[in-house]
Amino acid sequence: MRNRQKFTEISLFLLPAALVIGFIYLFPLVKVIQYSFMRISGNNFKYIGFTNYVNIFNDPRFIAGLKNNFILLLSVPFILVLAIFFAVLLYERMAGWKFYRFTLFLPYILAIPVIGVVFGYIFQLNGILNFFLEKLGLSFLIHDWFGSSKYSLWTLMFVIMWKELGFSIIMIFARLLSVNQELYEAAEIDGASWLKKHIYITIPQCLNVISFLSVILIITMFAWIFNYVFTLTRGGPGTSTIVSEFYIYTTAFRDSNMGMGSAASVILFLIMLAMIIAYAKLFGKEEVD
Amino acid sequence: MKMKRNYFALAGRQIMMVLLAALSIYPVFFMVNTALKSKADYINNRFGFPQAIALQNFKEVFLGENFSRWFLNSIILTVTSVLISLIIALLAAFALSRYRFRMREGILKFVISLMMVPPVIMLIPLFIFMSRVKLTNSYTGIVLIYTGLLLPFSIYLLTTFFRSVPHSIIESASIDGCNSIRILKNILIPMSMPPIMTLIVINALWVWNELLLALIFLQKDNFKTLMTGITVFKSRYNIDVPLTMMGLFVITIPMVLIYFLAQKYFIRGLVSGSLKE
Repeated sequence: MRNRQKFTEISLFLLPAALVIGFIYLFPLVKVIQYSFMRISGNNFKYIGFTNYVNIFNDPRFIAGLKNNFILLLSVPFILVLAIFFAVLLYERMAGWKFYRFTLFLPYILAIPVIGVVFGYIFQLNGILNFFLEKLGLSFLIHDWFGSSKYSLWTLMFVIMWKELGFSIIMIFARLLSVNQELYEAAEIDGASWLKKHIYITIPQCLNVISFLSVILIITMFAWIFNYVFTLTRGGPGTSTIVSEFYIYTTAFRDSNMGMGSAASVILFLIMLAMIIAYAKLFGKEEVD
Repeated sequence: MKMKRNYFALAGRQIMMVLLAALSIYPVFFMVNTALKSKADYINNRFGFPQAIALQNFKEVFLGENFSRWFLNSIILTVTSVLISLIIALLAAFALSRYRFRMREGILKFVISLMMVPPVIMLIPLFIFMSRVKLTNSYTGIVLIYTGLLLPFSIYLLTTFFRSVPHSIIESASIDGCNSIRILKNILIPMSMPPIMTLIVINALWVWNELLLALIFLQKDNFKTLMTGITVFKSRYNIDVPLTMMGLFVITIPMVLIYFLAQKYFIRGLVSGSLKE
């Protein structure tokens, strides 16, 4: 009797979440797999086997998109190292840290589309960056940052790093606030240098956050950069800055090829799944309690 | 000797910090600085300070196009999705922290893993479904989607926090005859203000800044949000850069305000909830 009442209560509390999650996550995940084997035009759905998969892997834009996602991964270790360094400086209450805390978190608050439009103007061929470079006598460094396929992806990576760094700093800073002070005091008494202190105390103490952030950042580089690409480059010039998400968007909604778009979504999902499983294997044990 | 080395190290750190701070603040400065110029001023003097502060851009932004409508849309979508997802997440987190049952950890792990599934993967089926039931270009459709996407992180954060509340507090309440809903409402929620504020800030920022779904599900001009609106805005006012910058600046203000109002709770919430070790 008591058990039945408990079961009813649990179900009632979980029901709304289960319904919404089922509808927004589970139903589409099943459907997208089904659609990836179909040709879809209007209300006409027809199974065509693996054709969509064959087509996307023969599409240079899809290959370029995946390749660019992997290149963007290169920024993850840089973001992490910079974030640890600057979070430590804030934590040590360096002169002016309150002001710095405000400015460093600023990129995190700004919307990516806003950042995209602003940086678009800054990096223009006749924008302020090139203007400064010329004034400083560094004309040889002047490039069409987003306009040439040689530099566009790296410029895009810079903008992504500029934005993502803020969040990583907040997270590590927040974690540092709860590190036991005595650890540092003991190390100082033992005469440990600044660098040693942080390598042997800060990094191990923050390992959970750092691993959490690396997963978040890796996923970001694969599946959360549509906004940057859409506002800054639209994938161009050529295919130099196209990424998987943008490929899915253009294929499904501009070229109205929902089948190929679904196949690309499934591939992206499989990559994500591999990463989630790897993360669960590596850190799953500590995660739950 | 040691003093001297420290001095250099300190100076070096300050320099690095100043550089990063300047880099972080410059694009914002560029936006505000340009927004305050008149069109003529911008043409003659692109990178300097404005010769006279041109506030007419501010007025013009709201007069132009459907800007006020987009602004209203963004507010409606942000407030409703954040509130609905918060209520649903509070209920779920209560079940996942205050009851013991067999699948409890499994459900939580599953919810955590959903945090990593990007919305672009669900996009096509959701679009096909929403078009069929005629929920594209409507608040209902997109609020439902946003609510769903906010849930995994919200449930995770609240569950970890609820679990850190000592059991004895709840037990004494249930002995006093409080039922579950009253325990949640009168005890757990008032105790959880820091993580709740953190959630509200993070989720509001996310919805306010969301672009991809808004682009696809809200294509009619009347339903556009500010984020999709500015892409229209930018291409239509391409020649008038100061006006575009003023538009961007206006969009940014509400989020900066929310962040400041909640900053005190925000960092504490991150510490107490998501990163409890």
